[in-house]
Amino acid sequence: MEQAYTLSIFSENSVGLLNRITSILTRRHLNIDSINSSESESSGIYRFTIVVKTTEAQVKKLVLQLEKQVEVMKAVYHTDSDTVFQEIALYKISTKSISEGNLVEKLIRDNNARILSVESDFMIIEKTGHKEETQELLDFLSPYGVLEFVRSGRVSVIKPMGELEGI
Amino acid sequence: MYLEATLTPPVKETMRTSGADAVPRSFIAEDVDLIFGYPGGAIMPVYDALYHYQEQVKHVLTRHEQGAIHAAQGYARVTGKVGVVLATSGPGATNLITGIADAMIDSTPLVCITGQVGSQLLGTDAFQEIDIISISMPATKWNYQVTKAEQLPEALSRAFYIARSGRPGPVLIDITKDAQFEMFDFAYRKCKQIRSYTPVPTLNLNRVEEAADLINSAKKPLVVFGQGVILGNAEKEFKQLIERANLPAASTLLGLSALPSDHPLYVGMLGMHGNYAPNVLTNECDVLIAVGMRFDDRVTGDLSRYAKQAKVIHFDIDPAEINKNVQADVAVLGDCKESLQALIPLVYERSHQSWLQEFEALKGVEQTKVIEQDLKPTSGPISMGEVIYQVNVQTDGHAVLVTDVGQHQMVASRYTQFKQSKSNITSGGLGTMGFCLPAALGAKLGAPEREVIAVIGDGGFQMTIQELGAIFQTKVAVKIIILNNSFLGMVRQWQQLFFDKRYSSTEMENPDFVAIAKGYGIEGESISERENLPAAVSEMLQHDGSYLLEVHVGQEDNVFPMVPTGASVSEIRLE
Ligand SMILES: Cc1ncc(C[n+]2csc(CCOP(=O)(O)OP(=O)(O)O)c2C)c(N)n1
Ligand SMILES: [Mg+2]
Repeated sequence: MEQAYTLSIFSENSVGLLNRITSILTRRHLNIDSINSSESESSGIYRFTIVVKTTEAQVKKLVLQLEKQVEVMKAVYHTDSDTVFQEIALYKISTKSISEGNLVEKLIRDNNARILSVESDFMIIEKTGHKEETQELLDFLSPYGVLEFVRSGRVSVIKPMGELEGI
Repeated sequence: MYLEATLTPPVKETMRTSGADAVPRSFIAEDVDLIFGYPGGAIMPVYDALYHYQEQVKHVLTRHEQGAIHAAQGYARVTGKVGVVLATSGPGATNLITGIADAMIDSTPLVCITGQVGSQLLGTDAFQEIDIISISMPATKWNYQVTKAEQLPEALSRAFYIARSGRPGPVLIDITKDAQFEMFDFAYRKCKQIRSYTPVPTLNLNRVEEAADLINSAKKPLVVFGQGVILGNAEKEFKQLIERANLPAASTLLGLSALPSDHPLYVGMLGMHGNYAPNVLTNECDVLIAVGMRFDDRVTGDLSRYAKQAKVIHFDIDPAEINKNVQADVAVLGDCKESLQALIPLVYERSHQSWLQEFEALKGVEQTKVIEQDLKPTSGPISMGEVIYQVNVQTDGHAVLVTDVGQHQMVASRYTQFKQSKSNITSGGLGTMGFCLPAALGAKLGAPEREVIAVIGDGGFQMTIQELGAIFQTKVAVKIIILNNSFLGMVRQWQQLFFDKRYSSTEMENPDFVAIAKGYGIEGESISERENLPAAVSEMLQHDGSYLLEVHVGQEDNVFPMVPTGASVSEIRLE
């Protein structure tokens, strides 16, 4: 059965590695739902977080192919229930339309959103959460006119202890 | 450099040199004394540096970069050392790609060095600029672009270490022209270990015990072995294991020669055109013991009907091979020499007499239905099999066999009698036509004391025929046998069997191959009569220097047995 898996890949910081990683996925016709890279807790070690929809049999082979790369130290996969994850979304809307009604307060209270910036003609709202949550806010704002919307890749930490030893 | 590594102290004291000069110096530090290549603008500084080191590092000029890399592969396969290739940027680099892919899939250690346009020109579509790092990425074990001279020794020491350690493979280092000119303080430190890279997984002795238990309980064990036995220098241990428990052992195409062909426990080659007994009995064994092989689809046929009745033990150095195609009940990760050493004392002595008898019986069937006619036909045109048979008789199995891709490859692999390891050089995983002639050149340079016999089809010969020039110039003695059926035979066979004999673009009008060889100063003969065969083979072998023997063989002969695509290995056809 296909489902979303989060791959966490720990590696040296190499220019070409992203290419190697994505080609391992694209070669098998796997769509990358989201991708993120940053430094990890160990200095000099990078962490890629990639979400793919696939089967467990396939994802097991994937992590072995990923770990096989010279620059990769470790690759692990988890289901959503084994990770704590977030995405961040930014919304740009016109100040005029949002100030009509009690929108701002509703936004902040009900959606756990933040206002990052207020200009005379537009506002930037930020919300972190799972995709469904940021999507819900987008749907809510749509009638008022969303000028720009962007959602980040997933960042995720894993719940089970001890899995990342030796990195 | 970004790849954190442990290095040895400098081989020699630091000295001021150019980036280009650091290349031959690094070769010398890695004990490389022979390289293959083709010059051009972006690699000229390195070629200029090589001019000064001709005594220590010999360069073989092939006639095409593909020839250079296949020659390096032949050299690597026969010696077990890293093959080194040099090419210029752009077309020089892209001409290497087929060989890189071939070396990747067949686990051959190579270091390829390409020139690149100056770093200030990168990304400007400069003359002969191509992003060879991106192009070669999926086909290399590792690659790296050097833009500063000081990165060169670090990159090269990592390159050699990565290419030869663990499961070997090709590495590419791309050097911008400005880095070649740049002066810096050179000191070479060999690489011993890389932080992010585990070439050999640690052996888990519990797994070895589980493997031993399964083998000891087996009534019908079958060992299938691949090139891993050769790459791991584990031929001796492998033989000990099978002899101790009387385990029948079958080889993949690349495993050939790891075990002498006349060994009583050797039951033949696996796969699409392999032997009858091991293919059929794969689906009857109770424990399948895979050693250093990767269950390629040409070996397994239909996976859903492959050895389903058997418990599978898989010995491999590459964790990604475990459960990739065939689910293993016991996986023993590690270097197979070490794994087998640990396994042998735990394995009970057994005779497996009646089981071995089953192989004998099926071998008899193949013998009468296929092999007799292949090796000793009495009428009709010469068969490929009888040519190989003559070579066996006259070389007593001591030659290195290099083959191209097609029917002749399958026939030669089926019938060549190997007596020593590293004697079978062929393009297995990629099936690269044109591989043979340059690989034979490289093999002969790597093993000058051995007879090297290149068996090539009329099609594949013309893919890299220009390397007759390199053979001529190096004056090495390669014995070339062209099995000429005037067809792209293997494709024609499939057209006959699966496309109602529609011979779409497979017939060839061929040139006078002997005359072409003569043009390159290589003696030769062409025969088509059976009675001339023994003398012609003898003449070829006796001849001092390279020689080309063209044999006109049956145009529409087919290779059998055969496992048709989609069929199970036990559905192997004898006709
Ligand atoms: C570079 C390349 N192109 C195409 C093929 C497909 N192919 C496999 S075998 C074969 C025929 C080879 O003909 P020849 O060299 O005459 O050998 P024969 O089968 O006749 O012995 C072809 C075209 C290949 N393996 N490699
Ligand atoms: Mg042919």
